Amino acid sequence: MDKVGIPRSIFYYYYGDIWKNFFDYLKVPYLISPNTNKEIMDLGLKHGGDEMCLALKTYIGHAVYLKDKCGYLLIPRIDNFGLENQTCTNFLSTYDIINNLFDTKILNYNINLNNNETLKKGLTKIGIELGKTKHDINKAYKYAINKHKEKKAREITINKNKLNSKKTKILLVSHPYNTYDDLIGKDIIKYLEKENIEVIFSDKFDEKITNKLSEKLSKELYFKYSKDNIGSIVYAKDKIDGIIFLSAFPCGPDSLVNELVMRKIDIPYINLVLDGSSTFTGIETRLESFIDMLKGGLND
Amino acid sequence: MTKISFPLMGDYHIPANYLLKNVLKKEIISPPPITAKTIEIGSKYSPEFVCTPFKYTLGTMIESIEKGAGTLIQMGGGCRYGYYAELQEKILKDLGYDIKLINLVTKGKTEIKRIYKLLKQIDPKFSKLKALYYGFITIKMVKYMDTIDEYIRENIGFEIEKGSFEYLKEKCLSDFSKVKNYKELKKLYKKYTKQLTEIKIRKPDDCLKIGIIGELYTIMEPFSNYFLEKELAKNKLEIKRFTNVNYLLFEKGKSIKHYLKYVKEYIKYQMGADAADNIARTKYLCEEGYDGIIHIKSAFCTPEIGAMPIINKIANEYEVPVLFFSFDANTSETGVKTRLEAFYDMLEMRKRK
Repeated sequence: MDKVGIPRSIFYYYYGDIWKNFFDYLKVPYLISPNTNKEIMDLGLKHGGDEMCLALKTYIGHAVYLKDKCGYLLIPRIDNFGLENQTCTNFLSTYDIINNLFDTKILNYNINLNNNETLKKGLTKIGIELGKTKHDINKAYKYAINKHKEKKAREITINKNKLNSKKTKILLVSHPYNTYDDLIGKDIIKYLEKENIEVIFSDKFDEKITNKLSEKLSKELYFKYSKDNIGSIVYAKDKIDGIIFLSAFPCGPDSLVNELVMRKIDIPYINLVLDGSSTFTGIETRLESFIDMLKGGLND
Repeated sequence: MTKISFPLMGDYHIPANYLLKNVLKKEIISPPPITAKTIEIGSKYSPEFVCTPFKYTLGTMIESIEKGAGTLIQMGGGCRYGYYAELQEKILKDLGYDIKLINLVTKGKTEIKRIYKLLKQIDPKFSKLKALYYGFITIKMVKYMDTIDEYIRENIGFEIEKGSFEYLKEKCLSDFSKVKNYKELKKLYKKYTKQLTEIKIRKPDDCLKIGIIGELYTIMEPFSNYFLEKELAKNKLEIKRFTNVNYLLFEKGKSIKHYLKYVKEYIKYQMGADAADNIARTKYLCEEGYDGIIHIKSAFCTPEIGAMPIINKIANEYEVPVLFFSFDANTSETGVKTRLEAFYDMLEMRKRK
């Protein structure tokens, strides 16, 4: 059976574990692209549009890397989780952009809760396209979702426990596809941990809580993932020492949301915007002085 | 007493002004024309990598406030435009301006109830009936303006006496802004349509035809596209443009399904704002025998950035040249002119072959 290619970027960081468990249960072979490396990034820069954001370029790089190694590529589209929880327009267009780039068959489903198109329906569609029975698909879906819930609960507990740590605590406000990408966020996290900082992640809270809390910082926001992110600031603000905003240049939602939030909060912060040409040395200098400032502040 | 203003976009301040003036018992401050200063102020107080319409509208708002406006109205859109208002209000307040900003479309929907409440706050005597009546006239005015513009775009390159169309349009807009009722507006529209068709033109059957597509604000606000249409009109060519307020308000909703079906071999879904519309328009222009396509957008416009590779692909398949412009506050005017001239020359050479 042909392998399903899963690009390790954007959607993967929200749904990766669900897909893996779903396919494992159904015995569908799959191949996940490796962590972003220079080869993948260069593919993205070559095949992506000049003005696309760094995350979308990275995604395209992963898709191109996989296209001849698999029979299918798994590329969903995520429109909204209700009108008050929409996504960045890149989540709407990635499938069509890739589909026009090359001929590899794409497994695609759409999430549009405003139109009752759910993840369950989406995965059922994929399962049927792969020749599985509805009965097996249902069981696989339940299995994958339960595993996901367990994993999520574990991550949330760990993240929440960090809020009580005695170390200097920094909340990293960033989209997971940036935070955990090897060429975007990974070095930053490594550096912070080496400096004995407790790093708390904005995407590892109970999104039902953070989504609602975001209203305290922005009433009119309708981007789901931005809401979850800034809600984590409201949630954690009394327990953290500083915030790092991390964005991929030129992120549409972040350009407005982060600016609004930075104008409203009274917690020390820095704003890092990566565009793929930035070297870590430049970022390191900024991180170093930020940490010095935070630790100095603690000694006063 | 608070005075009301709104950001500028093309000639649409005329119907906007008309509506507000007749519906609210408040002084309306017509937004001052956009100048280099406007965009300079707007850029100075905007986040760095926000799309350019944010900067233009913020600049206009500041200039309106300086003229005395206290309540500002902002529109939403199918991308991050709908979120402009909250940040713009915060920026203006941080600058020390005591203002109120009303966002008409938020979270992807226009809530009539919410807008009604907001208007009631501005003017407690606000009447729904009056709003409906003048709303109707305003909608008609927009439709008439857009129809007139469409005719002008097709013919302005061929006028015998340069400036005839522009002169007549200015007169028409000035008369439109003073109408008392719908009957009067309709009469004026008939009169000016007749006068427009009487303007002498010399237009060959096989003239060059260009389609303009792209992001809506940059298309509709001439200052933000460096008066691209005016520049094009100096040449002998017919211009087709799809985006106007009438389209966005009344046609887009119906067209999009048809559009997606029309380009189903290229795309399956909408891609935010007008991206899918522009992909369909590209195919349409190619199939209708247009000689070239100009795609314009503001820098950082995410939906159009996603559409561009697909637009390029379609145009390549049909062998129709496309010129892409991404405008921001620092675009060089000479650069725009040079590229337009070169594009026009190339199209003409292809046509003659």
